Amino acid sequence: MQNTPPRLSRQILSQGECAQLLGHWTAALLAQPAVWAGLQRELLALRTAQLGWDLRQIERLDHTGAQLLWNSWGRQWPAQLQVLPAQRTMLERVARYTVVPPAPVPRTLRAAYLSLGELMLRLLGHAMGGLRLVGQLLLDTGRLLRHPHQGPWRDFSGHLYHIGATALPITALVGFLIGVVLAYLIAQQLRLFGADPFIVNILGISLIRELGPVLAAILIAGRSGSTITAQIGVMRVTEELDAMRVLGIARGFRLVLPRVLAMAMAMPLLTVWTTLAAMLGGMLASDLVMGITPSYFVSALPGAVKASNLTLAVAKSVVFGIAIALIGCHYGLRVKPNTESLGQGTTASVVTSITVVILVDALFAVVFKDVGI
Amino acid sequence: MSTARVDAPLVQIDKLCSAFRTAGREFVVHRDLDLRIQPGELLSIVGGSGSGKTVLLRQMLGLETPRSGRVTVMGQPAAALSAPGAASRVGMLFQHGALFSAFSVLENIAFPLRELGTLPADLVRDVALVKLQMVGLDPSQAHKMPADLSGGMIKRVALARALVMDPPLLLLDEPTAGLGPDSADALCALLRSLHRELGLTVVMVTHDLDSLFELSTRVAVLAEQRVIVSGTPREVMAFEHPFIHHFFHGERGQRAVALLPEPPPTV
Repeated sequence: MQNTPPRLSRQILSQGECAQLLGHWTAALLAQPAVWAGLQRELLALRTAQLGWDLRQIERLDHTGAQLLWNSWGRQWPAQLQVLPAQRTMLERVARYTVVPPAPVPRTLRAAYLSLGELMLRLLGHAMGGLRLVGQLLLDTGRLLRHPHQGPWRDFSGHLYHIGATALPITALVGFLIGVVLAYLIAQQLRLFGADPFIVNILGISLIRELGPVLAAILIAGRSGSTITAQIGVMRVTEELDAMRVLGIARGFRLVLPRVLAMAMAMPLLTVWTTLAAMLGGMLASDLVMGITPSYFVSALPGAVKASNLTLAVAKSVVFGIAIALIGCHYGLRVKPNTESLGQGTTASVVTSITVVILVDALFAVVFKDVGI
Repeated sequence: MSTARVDAPLVQIDKLCSAFRTAGREFVVHRDLDLRIQPGELLSIVGGSGSGKTVLLRQMLGLETPRSGRVTVMGQPAAALSAPGAASRVGMLFQHGALFSAFSVLENIAFPLRELGTLPADLVRDVALVKLQMVGLDPSQAHKMPADLSGGMIKRVALARALVMDPPLLLLDEPTAGLGPDSADALCALLRSLHRELGLTVVMVTHDLDSLFELSTRVAVLAEQRVIVSGTPREVMAFEHPFIHHFFHGERGQRAVALLPEPPPTV
């Protein structure tokens, strides 16, 4: 298919000067950068000149080409115009439908004021939605305790696998590397004071009590919190949520509860796993940098870190897990049926759950400041 | 507007085989399927569910790869269609519109033109506004978002987007599915007027007998993995085949046939 690009030639005919148009005046060919630059210059030059137009030699004219001509004629018919009937109908259609575009609704001060109110209402809506979700979760837990055999156990085990088992490699890798990095940095400082053996205390307390749970929680918030929001959000987009409702299936019981339970169970296990990997990394690095043998490390650890720290860490991570799952479900259920809302919901879910994890961690640190240290 | 040469078919499908592999088992949709579509035709493809109507459309769009055989659209292999500028060769109206939900109506229609990168914004906007009104919508709808539109309006906007670069070939997947009788009739009238005014070649997959009889100049019936018959609605109805009997001579079919205009329209 050979397509000749649109061209313009000026010719002197008996009735005066005339612009003759040749080639394919179609969007695809007009949009070629080289063609467009030259053509625009020529059309601009012709705008002021009073001359006739001959469109009969055009091989193909489409609406974009017609619109271009119409606009360059100043949106009125030129005095002398020679066209084929099909071209005339197309130009007439373009002429009829060329209107002043409706202005987008302008932003006024009042609109800004109202949007502030909307923001407050949205925050309130989040709070209400969150409260309702927690309340529903408590009711559903009660139902589960009364009728355990009716529980969504298959969903639960599936989520447990996806949230817990498949996250083992990444949490181990990140934990191990953080352990190595921390041990190196602390070793540099401790060596200044000749307090080498204390690396066991510092690594033990910081990894078991703080970093292990928080690290695992942040990884899982990014990994599984986003999955929960996206899964539930897509169910909204495809009207599956509405279908569940119509079928009389409680979405709190079937969607939220198994995810929260799986997260509450997977999170402490992952925390212990991450902490172990981090301790391993720290132990290896201490051996390499400071010559503190793993056997000394392991034997000194129980004296340095009280067992209550471990209890605290596990309890904390259960709370993290529940918070991440609830936030994921909350944002998932608020997704509106369009792609943009789905993306925004997922982002907001991850950001909120990471923030909440750190907030809850700070709260634990303050409340249990006398425990285990 | 120049018309395409009459001799060469716009779409030529030779010995097409399509198959899907699900769970290790091969499911053959088409086997040695031949179909030719002449310029200016309004061809309806009908067939039972699972007979591969939509797959055939997707083959013409190059969205599926043939297992064997050849699909040629305007002298080029269908797989070459998804290159830049595809919108100027083929327009597709998806079953659910497939509007970009992040864009407004006007931005959706203007999208293929704007992606060309050179045309100035005001020209693109004017073209999009013309198309918007050609499909029967008011310019005041231009800044609405797809989520705020009704089913009929979504189809119209999607049609305007498919037509924005004036492709000679328009493919429709169940254009009237999910619409009420009013909007379905209005959409049929719109499609017929666009077909006539723009000289389009239209290929339509449909279940809706009313729109089938009202619009098509030719009907192709898919069954037994191939096109068993193609011709004017009356010719197809006269063909003896269990599917055709079931489809056209059922109760719904009888009702729609009553509306069939006496002399079948010719191309």
